[in-house]
Amino acid sequence: MPQRDSTHPEIRIYRTMRTIRVFEERLHAEFAAGGVPGAVHLYAGQEAIAAGVCAALADDDYVASTHRGHGHAIAKGCDVTAMMLEIHGKAGGVCGGKGGSMHIADFDRGMLGANGVAAGGVPLSAGAALSAKVRGTDQVSVAFVGDGGANQGAFAESLVLARVWNLPVVFVVEDNGYAQATGTRFHLDGRDVAPRGEAVGVPSVVVDGYDVIAVRDAAAEAVARARSGGGPSLLDCKAHRFFGHMEGWDQQGYRGAGEVDRLRSEHDCLAIHTRRLLADGTAGSAELAAVDAEVAELVDAAVTAARSAPDPDPAELLTDVYAAV
Amino acid sequence: MTRVLTYLQAIGEALAQQMGLDPTVVVFGEDNIGGTGCDGTLGHAWGPTQGLHERFPDRVFDTPITEAAFVGAAVGAAATGLRPVADLLFVDFAGVAFDQVLNQAAKLRYMAAGRAGAPLVLRAMWGAGLRRGAQHSQALYPVFAHIPGLKVVLPSSPADAKGLMAAAIQDPDPVVFFEHKMLYFSRGEVPEEPYVTPLGQAAVVRPGTDCTIVALGRMVQVAQEAAAELAGTGVECEIVDPRTISPLDTETIYASVRRTGHLVVVDEANPRCGAASDIAGLVAQHAFDALRGPVRTVTAPHAPTPFSPVLEDAYAPSAGQVVAAVRATVPYAEQERAS
Ligand SMILES: Cc1ncc(C[n+]2csc(CCOP(=O)(O)OP(=O)(O)O)c2C)c(N)n1
Ligand SMILES: [Mg+2]
Repeated sequence: MPQRDSTHPEIRIYRTMRTIRVFEERLHAEFAAGGVPGAVHLYAGQEAIAAGVCAALADDDYVASTHRGHGHAIAKGCDVTAMMLEIHGKAGGVCGGKGGSMHIADFDRGMLGANGVAAGGVPLSAGAALSAKVRGTDQVSVAFVGDGGANQGAFAESLVLARVWNLPVVFVVEDNGYAQATGTRFHLDGRDVAPRGEAVGVPSVVVDGYDVIAVRDAAAEAVARARSGGGPSLLDCKAHRFFGHMEGWDQQGYRGAGEVDRLRSEHDCLAIHTRRLLADGTAGSAELAAVDAEVAELVDAAVTAARSAPDPDPAELLTDVYAAV
Repeated sequence: MTRVLTYLQAIGEALAQQMGLDPTVVVFGEDNIGGTGCDGTLGHAWGPTQGLHERFPDRVFDTPITEAAFVGAAVGAAATGLRPVADLLFVDFAGVAFDQVLNQAAKLRYMAAGRAGAPLVLRAMWGAGLRRGAQHSQALYPVFAHIPGLKVVLPSSPADAKGLMAAAIQDPDPVVFFEHKMLYFSRGEVPEEPYVTPLGQAAVVRPGTDCTIVALGRMVQVAQEAAAELAGTGVECEIVDPRTISPLDTETIYASVRRTGHLVVVDEANPRCGAASDIAGLVAQHAFDALRGPVRTVTAPHAPTPFSPVLEDAYAPSAGQVVAAVRATVPYAEQERAS
């Protein structure tokens, strides 16, 4: 979460990752208890991608997100309580309860929106990059997309458009191995997405999505290229999700035996980052425990607020279809 | 023999039977098998294709998220000897494949002067109620029905779902098959043997004398509730379910209006240039003489579908709104006489 404080940047990254993790684990429990309506796609396991990419962005840079968007929103600095209210469909939600989990957007934070359509946000991000270019700002725009969404024409076309218009956009593919219950071994033919970027002249790298520092460094290079007029880049980040595709729907029987347990024990990006912070002396365990306590309180307060928040005014049904005149 | 099946099972049974009867029927879409390219078990389809790949391993396919390509491939395959059933999942995703639907599938027969055709079925989940928000809840059938060359089907019961799916697969032209997500687990008697419910034949699902209610898709249930309430006050409604809106069985609608003299159309789609206004307009043109009161339509508002449960519950037409519309068109004197 971008904050103007003196905390070490890698501890700020820790805080972001921790916030996403606790937010998502809590939503998983709340959903199971029947307290959350709608389609909720959890980001846990992939925190290093959102946190690493957004750590390389300025406050006024843009991100366009996916259906699995909570992590991107938190990492871009959206208010956790307003997000929780939105996911519960309550008044005071970041979109007044009218969007829901799949449509969290906060333009004040450069968050152009989660999206219900695979790769639906990718061209929007290219457009925000065009806007920055025409307006003469040095803003950069990020397009997050899943491995599955990367098969959409909108993604392929956006790569081409960003190249030929030389747009300051960073395409971030989150290859988590699955599109719903279909594996990348089938739907990407077991290949990386990175060569597709290279094929149209977009510098593209494969990144270890469990290593938040690797993601941040790769993102920083791509962002610097974009800001300095070098045009688009693509990061093909690999990190699997902990939970099923969507809460309440997915028993994950398509995943191999023990896969999720191994993922949690061997490829937990938050544990990896924690170990590094402690090992290199960037943080002490007491300091991280303090962050943890703060985050736990933040998320708890968000859930409490969401439970007690009023429903939207029924009149809201008909507002915002067009601009108020 | 009939048994009680869900709407979902009825569609699945139609797919299986038609695949058994016709070796050119192929079925594909995202997770229509489910689990392809994974280390776990195959067969994680969520919808009516569950289990189909076990019986027809060579004719059920998973697809990457490539609607433009696989809908277009359905057109090409249909034009060259197959009968594809392609699955859009949510109808909202038609957006990314729309060229293949409106320019390729719909116009092939006409442009080729009848020398080619595209006998495909495009399955599409639709409707409000599941808390899925604005991009997963639309009732887009009027958009498709507007396009000459497409047929548009929206079953309201398990028995119709099975018979209409069979008809759609056997039809020589492209059919968009709308499956209401809130009806998937509704139950009803369904004959076991294969049968066809012809496209373009409405059903009178409740006879009545005082007011015709034409109701589409899930709104048939809503109309039934309203009709039951009105019957308690002596107003007998006749409910007509068109079952397909292109082609539209106008004769059954006009005949009903001639019996009752009043018309209310209940439609979950948005109101402008919609199915309800179309049906109201047709009746005004062709059965005006039979009308003894103004035609009323009850639809969703001219707004996207909101996420918040309280707002979404106010979005689709309710039985209360239908009751009010009937009372507003059947004159008080007639209601009095009826009771
Ligand atoms: C155009 C389109 N087709 C299908 C869907 C249904 N759908 C929602 S999420 C999803 C899988 C997306 O996979 P991926 O892009 O890898 O993202 P992940 O869920 O793994 O984060 C699918 C098929 C959709 N939302 N949009
Ligand atoms: Mg994926």
